[in-house]
Amino acid sequence: MTIPNIVGAGLIVIGAGLGIGKIGGSAMDAIARQPEATSKIQTAMIIAAALIEGIGFAALFAA
Amino acid sequence: MRRKVSLLALLFTLLIGSVASAHDDHSHAGEHNEAHTEKDTPEKVKGFIKHHLKDAHYFELFHGAKMPLPIIVWDEGIKVFSSGDFKKVEVKEVRVADSTITFEKLGATDTVAKDAKDYLYESVNANYSIFHGKILAAKHADLQLKLNKEGKKKLISHSALIDFSITKTVLMTFIICVLLFLAFRGLSTSYRKGPIPSGFGRLLEPLVLFIRDDIAIPNIGEKHYKKYMSYLLTVFFFIWFVNLAGMTPLGINITGNIAITLSLALITYLITQFTANKNYWGHIFWMPGVPVPMKFVLMPIELLGTIIKPFSLMIRLYANITAGHVVLMSLIGLVFFAANLFSFGAFFGLTLFLGVIELLVAFLQAYIFTMLTALYFGAAVEDHHDEH
Repeated sequence: MTIPNIVGAGLIVIGAGLGIGKIGGSAMDAIARQPEATSKIQTAMIIAAALIEGIGFAALFAA
Repeated sequence: MRRKVSLLALLFTLLIGSVASAHDDHSHAGEHNEAHTEKDTPEKVKGFIKHHLKDAHYFELFHGAKMPLPIIVWDEGIKVFSSGDFKKVEVKEVRVADSTITFEKLGATDTVAKDAKDYLYESVNANYSIFHGKILAAKHADLQLKLNKEGKKKLISHSALIDFSITKTVLMTFIICVLLFLAFRGLSTSYRKGPIPSGFGRLLEPLVLFIRDDIAIPNIGEKHYKKYMSYLLTVFFFIWFVNLAGMTPLGINITGNIAITLSLALITYLITQFTANKNYWGHIFWMPGVPVPMKFVLMPIELLGTIIKPFSLMIRLYANITAGHVVLMSLIGLVFFAANLFSFGAFFGLTLFLGVIELLVAFLQAYIFTMLTALYFGAAVEDHHDEH
């Protein structure tokens, strides 16, 4: 691994972490507002998080 | 139930028996004992983790107890032999031309630089060798490496062998399949006696219902979900069981093998494409509700999207499990370098914590794979509705 690769991998992890964090935070807000829709919100949250994670991993492999 | 348990016991005994017999004719056991007295180094741990992530032609229950597995290759006819026939040969690299390297057997008195040393496994009876996990129809004297521009060594291929070997991953996949079959056979026969399943089926029934009610029906729809249920259930329980098996200390790493996740994703892809309706293809080739020039732009993007979706399924599962195994094994490795009792306890606690997290990840990855698969199936069979 060269230094640009390591820096790139770090940037990817920061980006993916921020993205998933935002999704999780918003889902928490939504659940607090509407506790009866918890299961639906969780499903949507996991799908969105999985998609970001997929891109993160793909980029990490390229790095 | 009794019979099932005894069958499992038999299977396990067979396994242990063959491991024990493999241990008997092990030739370099002395070398291992010697290595045991040395201190573990970070390089060793690194090598061990790398080794774990790779597939192998033997099954190692613990250090020194190797069970050879059959090697099956297509080399002008099917050839089958045991990996126990292969013996380790240490070689040194000899440069013959500017960019070509050949191997020579390492003598006992030879002293060579660390990066010029290599090893391979050679068959005693036949003209085959295993070089870094790859089966070749040649012995070390005929092998040649080529240096490329970046200074990396690349093996010059010799003949087109097709490798069908029952490797560790394949064997474990078979065992998981048998376990799954027994578990679900038990569930289905218990329904003949009454509406409430007995034994292990009590754990499986709510999960089956969970997949039907929370994954299949909301994503695919009441009308079409039934024909996809069998695949969704199979893929969910297969991935879940395999991931859990990866958490046992047997050193199984099935979903951390990209060929396995590739096959799973490929099946999802094929089912999506072959059961898709007119509406699905319409959305790919002639997106409704956008201006005509835009339709031409969207066509290749949508077409590419059909491949990217299963590709991301493949990468996600593979990368998650691989990353989980690497992190967990690194932490276990850290325990051996603990300087004092406090750091030992801290590393131990951290390992336990991550182990429990990995159990959650094992379920979550199976859930996500099934969920996204159901989502893609749902998109493929969605009925036409008015312009949006």
